[in-house]
Amino acid sequence: MLQINNLHANVGDKPILKGLTLSLNAGEIHAIMGPNGAGKSTLGYVLSGRPGYEVTEGSVTFNGQDLLALEPHERAAAGLFLGFQYPVEIPGVSNVQFLREALNAQRKYRGEAPLTGGEFLKVAREQAGALGMDMEMLKRPVNVGFSGGEKKRNEMVQMGIIDPALAILDETDSGLDIDALRTVGDGINRIMRKPDKAVLLITHYQRLLDYVKPDFVHVLDGGRITRTGGADLALELERDGYKELAA
Amino acid sequence: MTVLPTRHDEAWRYSDIDALARAWPLPAPESIIVPAGGTFARTIIQDSGTIHQLDIAIGKGATAAIHVLNTGGDYGRVELNVTLHEGADFKLGAVQIGGGTQTLEVITTVTHAEPGATSSQIVRSVLAGTATGTYLGKVAVARDAQQTDSVQSVKAMLLDRSATANAKPELEIYADDVKCAHGCAIGELDAMGLFYLQARGITPAEAKKLMLQAFVAGVFEGAADEAMLIEAALAKLGDLV
Repeated sequence: MLQINNLHANVGDKPILKGLTLSLNAGEIHAIMGPNGAGKSTLGYVLSGRPGYEVTEGSVTFNGQDLLALEPHERAAAGLFLGFQYPVEIPGVSNVQFLREALNAQRKYRGEAPLTGGEFLKVAREQAGALGMDMEMLKRPVNVGFSGGEKKRNEMVQMGIIDPALAILDETDSGLDIDALRTVGDGINRIMRKPDKAVLLITHYQRLLDYVKPDFVHVLDGGRITRTGGADLALELERDGYKELAA
Repeated sequence: MTVLPTRHDEAWRYSDIDALARAWPLPAPESIIVPAGGTFARTIIQDSGTIHQLDIAIGKGATAAIHVLNTGGDYGRVELNVTLHEGADFKLGAVQIGGGTQTLEVITTVTHAEPGATSSQIVRSVLAGTATGTYLGKVAVARDAQQTDSVQSVKAMLLDRSATANAKPELEIYADDVKCAHGCAIGELDAMGLFYLQARGITPAEAKKLMLQAFVAGVFEGAADEAMLIEAALAKLGDLV
């Protein structure tokens, strides 16, 4: 589904990714772990096309398409979803309006008919319900006045409504209490654990991986993948730390 | 005024004097007198490059609400000279949307002549290209006009670095028991917000439009033709993004 080959990327003039190679197949969940400043969030931003993140070398193919040639909104329509580490507040724009426009923009791009207001609300209600989010919150401006946990939960509601093929989840577990972590973990499994989908989980900690069991765990350090293993690798990292691993 | 103003005249400081000269001499301002206890509402849609000058006297306990959508022509100006008598209320909600080389301005003088009157002015400008958007708003509170409550909220959004926003809320207060709030901000669309919307599949133009819609929303609240005003504003925003 996703092939990243020898990816180099700069933020400003600073090289952050330095030859990252990674391949995700449909049906797989990959976790990327690594110390602060390793380039984890940069990877998520580069893949989703954030301005200011410049690819200097390498290639990324997503379902046979050159991902890097697409604009951010085209990447979304192609099936890529970035769960933000810090979901953005957008005063004055309601969640419902935002999500309906987003979903219908994606459908239009793919040549599908738009959902009517009623059809959209049905999907939104289902997804909000499954993640324990009040519909009233969906009527409020995007993320404004939401707690850290509510913002992350909202990201998952968005993911459920948009129903992407590939989700890159950037520290979706940070800022969550134990119950919210379980809800979010269940959400990821329910929405994304399917034979035709894949997930790239970017995380600092093992604890989310108790709920969402990864097929592969990668260590990202100094802008490249330095080690790859199974779910056990995460436990090993939790026990020994990144320093030990590098030694 | 019989002589063509120059940019040395404070009220015409940022104006398009060439365009003004073509319209000169201006007819006398429209005079509106709202009798005691009365209500008055007016929507001004400036979409063809014209100059609107209104003198409004609001009688005791009366209210006046003016909604402005200033979008059209090379030079569009809406000038309001408002006098409030005891306990009167004045509300202005104005949106200016300009691109290209347009010059758009809202100029107000709101005089609280007697006690207990309230006034509220909300002005939002969206400017692209090398357009200039100006708000000059003077609130004058007379010596006896105690318990005056006045608010000015002025914000401008620049879509291009080449656009210009001028904002000058001005207070002249001779009473000592008044509330006169004024806020003023000029900024750009939040880049992270735009990226967030695009990362969910919204095109760059629609993302900008959505954020600008939020920026001007609320200004037309209470207008009889609110829906029409919002639609006209959105159409103009759609041309700019």
